[in-house]
Amino acid sequence: MSEALHLEFEVAGNNFVSAGGASDEVKKTLKMLGVSTASIRKVAIAMYEGEINMVIHAGGGRAIVDIYRDRIVIVLQDNGPGIPDIDLALTEGYSTATDSIRDLGFGAGMGLPNMKKYTDEFKIESEVGKGTTVTMVVNFV
Amino acid sequence: MKLKNIVELLNAKVYCGEDQFDMELVSACASDMMSDVLAFVKDQALLISGLCNPQVVRTADMMDIKCIVLVRGKVPTSDMMAIAKQKGIAIISSDYRMYSACGVLYKNGLIAGDQETV
Repeated sequence: MSEALHLEFEVAGNNFVSAGGASDEVKKTLKMLGVSTASIRKVAIAMYEGEINMVIHAGGGRAIVDIYRDRIVIVLQDNGPGIPDIDLALTEGYSTATDSIRDLGFGAGMGLPNMKKYTDEFKIESEVGKGTTVTMVVNFV
Repeated sequence: MKLKNIVELLNAKVYCGEDQFDMELVSACASDMMSDVLAFVKDQALLISGLCNPQVVRTADMMDIKCIVLVRGKVPTSDMMAIAKQKGIAIISSDYRMYSACGVLYKNGLIAGDQETV
């Protein structure tokens, strides 16, 4: 595959039933392409956490995925409230999630740290009141 | 340990996976926080949880977990069942509380499979 396989997904906000659907599609595609289990696991965790974040915090967004022979590039864009302090948001255990989100099993303050931990390149651009774009790259092994 | 042994040990009700009774499960993890499962779980095949929503099944699928044990008698929703059936993930439910369910399975040889501490 010399050119990228391009995928795009709309992630619906505040829909906990459909949340994870885009990550599921990407996981299935990588499996079909014969990508290693270890790499698929990293992509699945990072993208799923990102998807959940968009659902919880941003009222949904868009996932743009390009799969190359040796890597995957995932861009998650939302028009949510933005992140005022990115360094703080990347601290394990720090969370702005409400109790109702915690009741759903998320909001432990592990989302962004997990995304960073499981990717080879990780970048957040955020503007308060405008939205957030997260770019993640996982190199296949 | 086979799924059918786990069902017996926990006196569990099977909601999904009757056809997977001979599936061999070698290790397990337990959490109500899915972010912790995503952060710390390695290759465990079974997830014990008191959380009962579709994201438990999604999380299990992302981590290649093959069986979910719901504790405290939780009943899976139709959304959970639909995803689990599609993904081939077994869901069983036991009246045991989390600590007891873990204890019973551990005592009978289902290890954590992960000696790392954090």
